Amino acid sequence: MAATAPALGLGQDIHAYLERHERKELLSFLTCGSVDDGKSTLIGRLLHDTRMIYEDQLAAVRRDSKTVGTQRDGVDLALLVDGLQTEREQGITIDVAYRYFSTAKRKFIIADTPGHEQYTRNMATGASNCQVAVILIDAEKGVLPQTRRHTFIAHLLGIRHLVVAVNKMDAAGFAEDVFDAIRADYHAFASRLAVDDLHVIPLSALRGDNVVEQSANMPWYRGATLLHLLENLHVGADKAVEHFRLPVQLVNRPDAGFRGYSGTVAGGVVRPGDPVTVLPSGKTTTVQRVVAAHGDLDEAFAPMAVTLTLTDALDVSRGDMLAAPGALPHIADRVDAMLVWMSETPLAPGRRYLVKQCAGQVVGHVATIRHGVNVNTLEQVPADGLRLNEIGRVELALAEPIVFDAYAVNRNLGAFILIDRASNATVAAGMALAPSGARDAWKERPHGDLRATASAVAEAEREARLGQRPATVLLTGLAKSGKTAIAHAVERRLFDEGRLATVLDGQTFRLGMSRDLGFSAGERSENIRRAAETARLMNDAGLICLTAFVAPEEEVRERARATVGDERFLEVFLTAPLDVLRGRDDAGIYAAAARGEAHLPGVSAPFEPPAAPDLVLPTDAVGIDACAERIVALLRERGFLLAAAVPEEKSPRGGEA
Amino acid sequence: MPAPALTHLEKLEAESIHIIREVVAQFERPVLLYSIGKDSSVLLQLARKAFHPGPLPFPLLHVDTTWKFRDMITFRDRVARELKLDLIVYTNEEGRAAGVTPFTHGSRKYTDIMKTEALKAALDEYRFDACLGGARRDEEASRAKERVFSVRDSHHRWDPKNQRPELWNLYNGHVNPGEEVRVFPLSNWTELDVWQYIHLQNIDIVPLYLAAMRPVVERDGMLIMVDDDRLPLAQGECPETRSVRFRTLGCYPLSGAIESTATTVPGIIEEMLVAKYSERQGRLIDHDVSGSMERKKREGYF
Repeated sequence: MAATAPALGLGQDIHAYLERHERKELLSFLTCGSVDDGKSTLIGRLLHDTRMIYEDQLAAVRRDSKTVGTQRDGVDLALLVDGLQTEREQGITIDVAYRYFSTAKRKFIIADTPGHEQYTRNMATGASNCQVAVILIDAEKGVLPQTRRHTFIAHLLGIRHLVVAVNKMDAAGFAEDVFDAIRADYHAFASRLAVDDLHVIPLSALRGDNVVEQSANMPWYRGATLLHLLENLHVGADKAVEHFRLPVQLVNRPDAGFRGYSGTVAGGVVRPGDPVTVLPSGKTTTVQRVVAAHGDLDEAFAPMAVTLTLTDALDVSRGDMLAAPGALPHIADRVDAMLVWMSETPLAPGRRYLVKQCAGQVVGHVATIRHGVNVNTLEQVPADGLRLNEIGRVELALAEPIVFDAYAVNRNLGAFILIDRASNATVAAGMALAPSGARDAWKERPHGDLRATASAVAEAEREARLGQRPATVLLTGLAKSGKTAIAHAVERRLFDEGRLATVLDGQTFRLGMSRDLGFSAGERSENIRRAAETARLMNDAGLICLTAFVAPEEEVRERARATVGDERFLEVFLTAPLDVLRGRDDAGIYAAAARGEAHLPGVSAPFEPPAAPDLVLPTDAVGIDACAERIVALLRERGFLLAAAVPEEKSPRGGEA
Repeated sequence: MPAPALTHLEKLEAESIHIIREVVAQFERPVLLYSIGKDSSVLLQLARKAFHPGPLPFPLLHVDTTWKFRDMITFRDRVARELKLDLIVYTNEEGRAAGVTPFTHGSRKYTDIMKTEALKAALDEYRFDACLGGARRDEEASRAKERVFSVRDSHHRWDPKNQRPELWNLYNGHVNPGEEVRVFPLSNWTELDVWQYIHLQNIDIVPLYLAAMRPVVERDGMLIMVDDDRLPLAQGECPETRSVRFRTLGCYPLSGAIESTATTVPGIIEEMLVAKYSERQGRLIDHDVSGSMERKKREGYF
C-alpha cells in the first residue's frame, strides 16, 4: 500500500516548498468513459498514487469495499470517487463531480463525468471548463460508438488536447498488438475531426500500470505515463494570443470620485493608454488605470478579474463589452450556433428563452434548426426539435444584438446558455459559430423571368467525343492538406490518358472571379457558390472539374453538391494532423492564425469534417501521386472514365489537338 | 513573446472574484455567511478585492450558536470593527431559551436547532436571496457535486438530483420568490490552496489555528478544549494543558484539536503535508452516520 501522506520530501525546507508550489500552474481535465471502463478506478488510482488520500478516507473505503465494492479482495479505489449515497448504491456516478490533486508541477482539477444515458449533458458541462479530455477505452472492447461520442463532444466543446487511455491492459494480457489495433482504429476516426493534440496510452488503472508509475508489464510502450503527460502537456498558449475583450460585469461606483468597470478579461491584454471600443455603442476611448486592491497594474490579461477606468465619461453598463478597436467582435441579432439540449423538456422552436452570454442576457428564440447531429456517427440528421442530450445547429433570433466571437476563436465570447423563463432551468448550452442572416446568394431567386437555353449538343454526344462523363471532384481539407497539388496531379494524369479535366482552386479563383470577397463565413460561402456554378458550366461542357477549396462548412459543401448535381459530384476529404500541416506551412499562415492575425478554419475558425465523403486521403501517409491515383481510380470506379478513351499514344499531348 | 500566464492561486482568485461580482450583479439582497473560520477569512479578503476601492456591497451574517470559542467571537468583533463591516449576528433565541446544548440534546439535534434552523430563520427574517459561503468541494464527497450557484427551494433544501447544469463561467441565478441561491466562490480551492493564500496574502486568522498551550480533555479519541466552565466534566475527568491547534473551527464542544507545535502558517502547512487524517475528521457531526453530510445538506445545513 502506498504511503498516505502527500509528498513533502523529508528534510525539505517548508519555505522552499511553498515558493515552488506558489508558482504551480492549474490544469483542468475531463475524464469520460462508460460505466464499466474503470473511470472511477482510474481517478481513485491517480489520487491514491499521488498520495492525496488520507488515512481516514482510505479506512472508510476499505470498510465500504466489503459491502458495496466490486473488488471483493482488496480496496475498491473507485469508492474514493463515487460521492453521493444513491449512486454508491446504484454503482454509477450520476453527475459531474470535481476532484482535486496536485503534484510539484501542477494543481489539477478533474471533472469526472459519467458515461450512462445523461452523458452528453454531463460531458458538455464538465468539458466547458477543461483544457484536456481523458477518454477511456476498455482494451477488451476497443473503440465503441461511445468513444466516438466522447471524442465528438470534447471536440465540440473546444477541447484541443485529447488523451486516450486504453484501460484494462491487464485483462488484455498487456499485449502490444491489442493496443496497436485500438490506436490505429482511433486515429482513423479522430483524423476526421482535426484534433490538435492527441495521445494514446496503454494502462491498467486497477493495477496502476502507466498511471503514475511506468509499467514493467508493458516494456514495449516507451511513451509517457498518464500523470507525466498531464504534468507536462503544453496548454499555456492555447488562449492567450487573442484580441482584448472585457465583458463589463459591474460598474463600480462607490462615490462620485471613482467610476470603474469590473470584469474578467476574456481575451488578450490591456494596458493603461490602450484605446478600447465600447460595444454595442461603438464609442472608442482610452484605458486610464488598471485598478487592483494592492495597487494599480501595468497590464491585465485573461483570465484576470480586474477593474478598469476610462479617460472619457461614457455610458457603460453591465453587459457591455470593451474590445480592441482594431479587431472587434461580431455584433448580431441573428446568430448561427451549435446547441446541446440539457432539459427533459424539448426545445420548442419559436419559444422565447433567456440567452445568457458573457455578462449580458437577452431574450431570444430558435428561428431555424438547420440540422441535428448523430453523436455516434457524426452524421447530420434532419431535426424539427431537440430533446434531452441532442445536439443541433440552429439559427438564434435575438431581441437585441449580442457582442460575440465564434466559440472556436474565443470560448469566453462564444459560449452561452439558454434559460427557460418559466422554470428558471438552464436548458441548453450553446456555442456561437457566426452571425447569420448575412446576404446569401444561394437562397436568392434570379431577378426576372429567366430560362436557361438548351444546348445544341446532346450529353451523350459529348461523352462519346471525350470518352468521359463530366464530374466535379471537391477536394476539401484544411490549409496545406495538399488540395491544389493533388488536383493538378489528377489533372495531369487524366490528360495523359486522353481525358479532359480542369482545376478550379481557391486562390486562383479569388484572383479573378471572387476578387471582391473576403474571408468571413458568408463570403467564403459565396466563393464556394460561384465555384460550384462555374464547375457546373464546365461539366455542362463535358469537362471533369477538379475543385480545391477549404470549404469548411458541411452545409455549404452540400449546397455545392446540389448546384452541381448529386450524380456527378464527388467529395474527397484530405486529412493530416495539424503539426504536419504547420510543418508544410512555408507562408506562415498557421503562425499568423495562432497570433490572431488570420482567419483559418481548423485553428481560429471551425472546420466541419464531411459527414460522408466519397474518399478520405490521409496526406501525411499517402503521397501526392498515390493520392492522385486513388482519385483517378475513384472516377473510373464510378463510371466517369469510359473505356473508349483515346489511347495515351494517340493523345493530343504535344500534338496538334 | 511568451504568453502571459497566471499561477494556480491567481487563477483561483480571479475565478472567485468573478463569482462574487456575479452575485452582486444578479441578486438584490446578497449576504456573506461569515463563520469566522479560515475559509471565511479568505472569502472576505476576496470579496473586499472584488469591490475595491469601494466598500463591501453586502452585510456579513454570523449564526452564533452561543458555543463558539471565545477567541472566535473576539476575532469576529475586531475584524468587523477594523474593516467597518456590516455584521449581523443571529442566534436562535427559542433554542437558547429552551436550553439546547450539545450535551443535553446530542450533537445532531443541537446542530439542527442552533445552526440549521437558526440559519433558515435568519434568511427568512432578512429575506436574503443569495448567500455566499466558504465551502469547498474537496471537503467531503457529497460536496464534490455541489454547484457554484446552488439553488435551494423555499424550505432552503438542496436536491442533489435536480441541480442545474453549470457551464463555463455562466452562472444562472434565476430563482422564484422565496427560493434562494447558495454561492460557493471557493468551490475549486483545496485546504492547501487556502493556507497558501493566507500565507501569501498575510490574511488575519483566529489564533486558535496556531498551536498554543490549551486546556483539553480527551473524549472518544478527540481532544476537546475546555474553553469555558460550561463544559461538563465527567467524574475524574481533569483537563490537561497540551500544545494544540485546530484544523477547523466550529462549536468548541464539537471541534477536535490536534496536538501540534505549529505556531506559524508555514508550520501549519508543513504539518498538513505530513498529516494522516483529513480535515473534517476533527468534526464530530460528520461521524453520526455514513453519508451524514449529504443528509444535513438536504435539510438546509450549509
